[in-house]
Amino acid sequence: MFGKLRRLNQNLSRTALEESERLPSNERRRFLRNGLFTAGSAMVGGALAGLSPRLGAAEVGYPPAIPPWTRSLGAGVVTDPYGVPSPFEKDVIRRTVPWLTAEQTSSISFSPLQHLKGIITPNGLFFERHHAGRPEVDPQQHRLMIHGLVDRPIILSMEDLQRFPSVSQINFIECPANGGMDWRGAQLNSLQFLHGMVSCAEWTGVRLSTLLQEVGIKPEGKWLLAEGADGAAMTRSIPMEKALDDVIVAYAQNGEALRREQGYPVRLVVPGWEGNTHVKWLRRLEVGDKPWMQREETSKYTDLMPDGTAHGFTWVMEAKSVITSPCPEMPLRGSGICQIEGIAWSGRGKVRAVDVSVDGGRNWTQAQLTEPVMSKSLTRFSLAWQWDGNPALLQSRVIDETGYVQPTLAQLKEARGTNSIYHKNAIQTWQVTPDGSVNNVQL
Amino acid sequence: MFSFDKSSRALTGLGCGVLMATLAVFAHAEPAGHYGYGKPATENQIAGWDIDVRPDGMGLPEGSGSVDEGMSVFEAQCTSCHGAFGEGMGRFPKLAGGDGSLAQDRPEKTVGSFWPYASTLWDYIHRAMPFFAPQSLTDDEVYALTAYVLNLNYIVDSDFIANKETLPQVNMPNKDGFTWEDPRPLVSNERCMQDCRGEVEITDSAVGKNLTPSTTGPLDKGLTE
Repeated sequence: MFGKLRRLNQNLSRTALEESERLPSNERRRFLRNGLFTAGSAMVGGALAGLSPRLGAAEVGYPPAIPPWTRSLGAGVVTDPYGVPSPFEKDVIRRTVPWLTAEQTSSISFSPLQHLKGIITPNGLFFERHHAGRPEVDPQQHRLMIHGLVDRPIILSMEDLQRFPSVSQINFIECPANGGMDWRGAQLNSLQFLHGMVSCAEWTGVRLSTLLQEVGIKPEGKWLLAEGADGAAMTRSIPMEKALDDVIVAYAQNGEALRREQGYPVRLVVPGWEGNTHVKWLRRLEVGDKPWMQREETSKYTDLMPDGTAHGFTWVMEAKSVITSPCPEMPLRGSGICQIEGIAWSGRGKVRAVDVSVDGGRNWTQAQLTEPVMSKSLTRFSLAWQWDGNPALLQSRVIDETGYVQPTLAQLKEARGTNSIYHKNAIQTWQVTPDGSVNNVQL
Repeated sequence: MFSFDKSSRALTGLGCGVLMATLAVFAHAEPAGHYGYGKPATENQIAGWDIDVRPDGMGLPEGSGSVDEGMSVFEAQCTSCHGAFGEGMGRFPKLAGGDGSLAQDRPEKTVGSFWPYASTLWDYIHRAMPFFAPQSLTDDEVYALTAYVLNLNYIVDSDFIANKETLPQVNMPNKDGFTWEDPRPLVSNERCMQDCRGEVEITDSAVGKNLTPSTTGPLDKGLTE
C-alpha cells in the first residue's frame, strides 16, 4: 500500500515538475516550494494556482470519473489532534500592511472578512493588535489582583477565577482605528485591510460586577483601571457604571481557552466599546475615584478635530456596516442574480435594519437580517440583486436600535475633518465595473 | 476543562457545593468576600504591581531626576528610536516639536504639542519604555527622563528637577485641548429611501495607488510605502 502511494507521489511530482516548466522562474520556485511532493499537496498546488487542467482533470476526476478520494482511504482520526483547515483554504489567513507601523510587535493584523460566513470569527483568524508583542503567559503563574478603593483586596489564580459563576455572550471587538487609513482618500483596495480590524466571538468568563461585588467597592470608587501583563502593561480607565453593567473578565473564546494573541489566559471584554479597552493578559484591576489619564487615553485613542481640540473617552463604537460580498477580493462572477451580503454592528445595541444601495446612495432597499440579531454583536445581512452587467456603486447603511443611521463619509468628514484617526464608521462604497471587478472608491 | 485547571475535578465539586448553598440568597447583594475565593492581597504584593500614576500625582514614588541626568539616560537608552532630540527615527515616535500644528493639515502630536498631563509621561516611560526592555529603568532614571523630555519641549527650564511634588505642577501647553465627555453622535444621517441625492461622482479610487498588499498567496512582507 505504501509502495503504491509512493509511486503515485512520484508520478505526481513528475507531473508537477513538467507543469512547472511552463512557469516563469520565480513562479516555478514558489510552485515547487509549496510542496508538490505528496498527492494531497500536488492537487492543492494545482487547483489553487489554477495552473493545470491536465493535473487537475487527470487526478481529480469530474463526473463520470470517480475522484481518487472516493477510491482510497482518508487520513485517520487524530491525524491532526488539533484540527486545522483544509490546505485548499491556505489563503484564508490574517494579513498585515507592512507600511502601517514601525515594526510588528506594536502592530495590527486584519481578519479575512471576505472569506468568513455567519457572525463568529474563527479563533485563528481573529484580528490582532498588540502594543508590545504577544507574551507567552504561564497560566499557573498568572494572577489577577483587584485592589484600590475596595473592602477586600484579593489575588486570584486562574483556577480561582473559574470557580465564580460564569456567563457567555457574543460580542464584536473592533479596533477604533479600523478603516482609519482611508480618512484622507481611498488608499487600500481590499475589504480585509480596510475593515478587517473587527471580529466577533462567544466570550465566556466572570461578570466584572461579580468580582467587584466580591471585593466590595467603597462608595467613592467611581473608576476602574485595567492593566495587562504584557510588555506594554496596557492600561485604560473605565467608569464604574460600565464596569458594573456588561463587562466580562473572559477566559474563553468560542468554547476554548483564549488564544495567546487574544490575551491568554484572561482578558477584559467591554461590549460595544473600542477594542483598546478590552485589556488582554489582564493582571490588575484597581478601583479609584478619578480616571488615570494614561497614555492610551490621552496621546492615543483621542480624536483630533479640525479646530485642533480633541475628543477623549470616545469609548463606544458607533453603528457600522460593510458589504463583504462582492468586494475587491470577491469580484462578481457574471451578470444575473447576485447575493449582496455583509455584516453590520453597533456598540449601542442591536442592529435594527440595514439598507443597500446599488447606485451610490441615490436609492435604497432594505436588506434581510440573518438571525441571530444580538446586542453589540456582528449581524449578517443579505439582499438578492439582479446585476445587468453595468457599472454600479454598492453601499450598505445600518440603523441601530437607538435610531442612529450610519453616516456618509462626506458627513463624517464635514464634522470631524480628516485627522481624527479613530472611529471612522462611514458608509463604504464599492465600485462595480462591467468586468465584475470591485474597487474601493469614495464619492 | 482547560490545561491550567489541573485540579478541575476537586474544584468542580467544591464549586457546586458553594453554588447550592447560596442559591436561596442569590438575588440579594452579597457582602464582600461572599465566595471567598483567592487570597487577600497584601500591602507588599500590591506595592509590587501598583505602578499607575495620576495627574494629581497619586502613585508617584520617592526619588528625583534632573534634565542633565535625563540627557545621559536618554542618549544611552532612547536615541536609537527617538533621535538625539526626540525628533523620532524612521517610523518611531517623535517626542518633541509640532507646537501649534494641531489644527493644521498635517498635525504633529508630541508630548509638547498634544499631551495634556506630565504624569502620563512618567507613568508611560516607567511601565513600557524602553520599548525593547520595559520596566528596566529605576524610578530616578524615569524622573530624569521625564525632566529631559519636558525640557526638549521647552515646557520646563534646564534646571528643573522632577519629583513627586514638581511633576503634578507642570503646566502642559495642551492641557485644555480636550473634551472629556463624548459628544457623539456628531452627525445625523437621514434614512431616505428614494431619490436621496443627485448625480454621484467618484472623487477618489484606491485603484492604481499600489498601497494594497496581496490578499492571496503567502504573506506579503515586502511592500513598503
